[in-house]
Amino acid sequence: MLAFKLALRNLFGAGLRTWLTVIVLSFSYVIIIFQQGMLDGWNKQARRDMMHWELGGGQYWHTAYDPYDFFTIEDGRGPLAPELQSRVDQGQATDVLISQASIYPDGRLMSVLLKGIDPNQTILDMPTAPLVENITEIPALIGRRMAEAAKLRKGDVVTVRWRDANGTFDATEIKIVEVMKTNVGSIDMGQLWLPKSRLESMLGVENMTTYLVLKRGSNATDTVNGWVYRDHAYLMKELTEMIKMKSVGGSIMFLVLLALAWLAIFDTQVLSIFRRRKEIGTMIALGMTRQRVVRIFTLEGAMHGILAAAVAALYGAPLFIWMARSGWAMPEMTDDMGMAIAERIYPSYSLGLIAMTTAIVMLSVIVVSFIPARNITTFNPTDAIKGKTS
Amino acid sequence: MRARLFIICFLLAMPIAILAQNGNEILKRVDENMGAESRIHESTMIIHGRRGTRTVTSRSWIIGIDKSFTEFLSPARERGTKMLKLEDELWTYSPSTDRTIRIAGHMLRQSVMGSDLSYEDAMEDPHLPNIYTAEKDGEETILERNCWILKLTATKNDVAYHSRRLWVDKTRYLVLKEERFAKSGKLLKTAEVKAVKRMDNRWVATHMVFRDMLKKGKGTEFKLNKVTFNANIPAHRFSKAALR
Repeated sequence: MLAFKLALRNLFGAGLRTWLTVIVLSFSYVIIIFQQGMLDGWNKQARRDMMHWELGGGQYWHTAYDPYDFFTIEDGRGPLAPELQSRVDQGQATDVLISQASIYPDGRLMSVLLKGIDPNQTILDMPTAPLVENITEIPALIGRRMAEAAKLRKGDVVTVRWRDANGTFDATEIKIVEVMKTNVGSIDMGQLWLPKSRLESMLGVENMTTYLVLKRGSNATDTVNGWVYRDHAYLMKELTEMIKMKSVGGSIMFLVLLALAWLAIFDTQVLSIFRRRKEIGTMIALGMTRQRVVRIFTLEGAMHGILAAAVAALYGAPLFIWMARSGWAMPEMTDDMGMAIAERIYPSYSLGLIAMTTAIVMLSVIVVSFIPARNITTFNPTDAIKGKTS
Repeated sequence: MRARLFIICFLLAMPIAILAQNGNEILKRVDENMGAESRIHESTMIIHGRRGTRTVTSRSWIIGIDKSFTEFLSPARERGTKMLKLEDELWTYSPSTDRTIRIAGHMLRQSVMGSDLSYEDAMEDPHLPNIYTAEKDGEETILERNCWILKLTATKNDVAYHSRRLWVDKTRYLVLKEERFAKSGKLLKTAEVKAVKRMDNRWVATHMVFRDMLKKGKGTEFKLNKVTFNANIPAHRFSKAALR
């Protein structure tokens, strides 16, 4: 208790120097919590959106299908295995067929992917219902990004050219029956969603599937003959890696602030020990062990961290609450990154995040406070009383 | 006397023989006329794009329908770019990146140097009689030459264009105009000959205009500057090592 009282008295006694250190340290708290909160918020929103719009409860891919290898697009399709077909029949999954094509909006050539899906599916949140429209042209659903890139609007008719299963060119008109607004760019850019049955007849194939999307909450882990199961961890690998990368990148700012605070605390400690060497000598001469004196000085330094946490809570808490409610508007350019990014990101602050941040900052402050204080163990009390430190 | 009679009979029979030729026979003659063991040519491609006109010159080495190697000579930006086609595979080399890329998938649908010709078109050079059946579909005069119009319909499923229309010079068996159609009957591409010349003892189209009919624009002009038929081309010309 004595050590705590002494530490507190000395801390406030330092005046402006203490408050400057505390404010810089409090910025570290706020920035790390804000940044991690933003990333956690983005992560949660992106995962939720991707599951609702694209991934469902996991997917089964044709073994030859690899979305990153265009050589596999035409070969990576086949009839569903009976156990997977029964999932589709029971409404527990929906299957997607992919083919490559070119469209000519306003006489410009654009390479696209044609994706066939059951218009009556309920597995994904995609508004596929308008695809049932019975029109001469082939009905197509596109995303907002695709609509902007191709300068297409709902009701527009555009020529599409493709090769059928035998490699023969064919061309016809498609009509944009709906432009969907989605945060998930990977189901939007360069893609046209058509009724699967129409796409199959365009390609001259029957009951062919490239991948199968399971209903959310499905518990599938087994690989079916000819079909490989892809779980969320696999399907969201890119998102996970990007968030990890962003997290590392964002830590630089936090580290700079923390380093400034460490330097201030370190300097304060060195100066304090130098100025108070007679006091240290007296305390040791009166019977206080050197380790106890070190503890007092370390605690004094560590008190900066506690005080900074209190200051951070004072202005950070209202800021975090406001941010969590109103969200952070993302710039338009992030929309085209291919990742699922909402227009506004709502930060998510967990108790674990706050506890972990506090623990990291406190631990680092204790270490920085201890390093100069440990020199006290080498003090000779008589020399210290005389003002000598070695 | 017998010899004279034979010549008179032959001369009288010749136009009848020409008239009697059916579409498939004409197509066979066209294919024979166009085909060569190998050829080396220098050409100019004038690309009329949305933002202006670009001129690209190139030199090509071709053996049959399976092997071809093209080196772009100008403009400076494209100089040194090379394209190698071996059967159904295509590679390009760009000196600016010093990289060889295999053109596949959606990239095959991209145009070559912004022209109306896609890499796919560059890959398509089949022996027409092997995959189409031809029938006469009228006559027309093009470039002051009497032409048959041939309607070609694919006899196989794995053919790029389901049908074509060819305008064939009646005496030179040279295609002066071509239209390529999708399975739905939609016109996809056209090629029109603007000039012909006798080169290396055969009639050759020296100026053509290609158009992707689904795209806007004036199309791409192709001018043949120099050609050598049945040239001796070393095998190493068609290796990936030759790209660099």
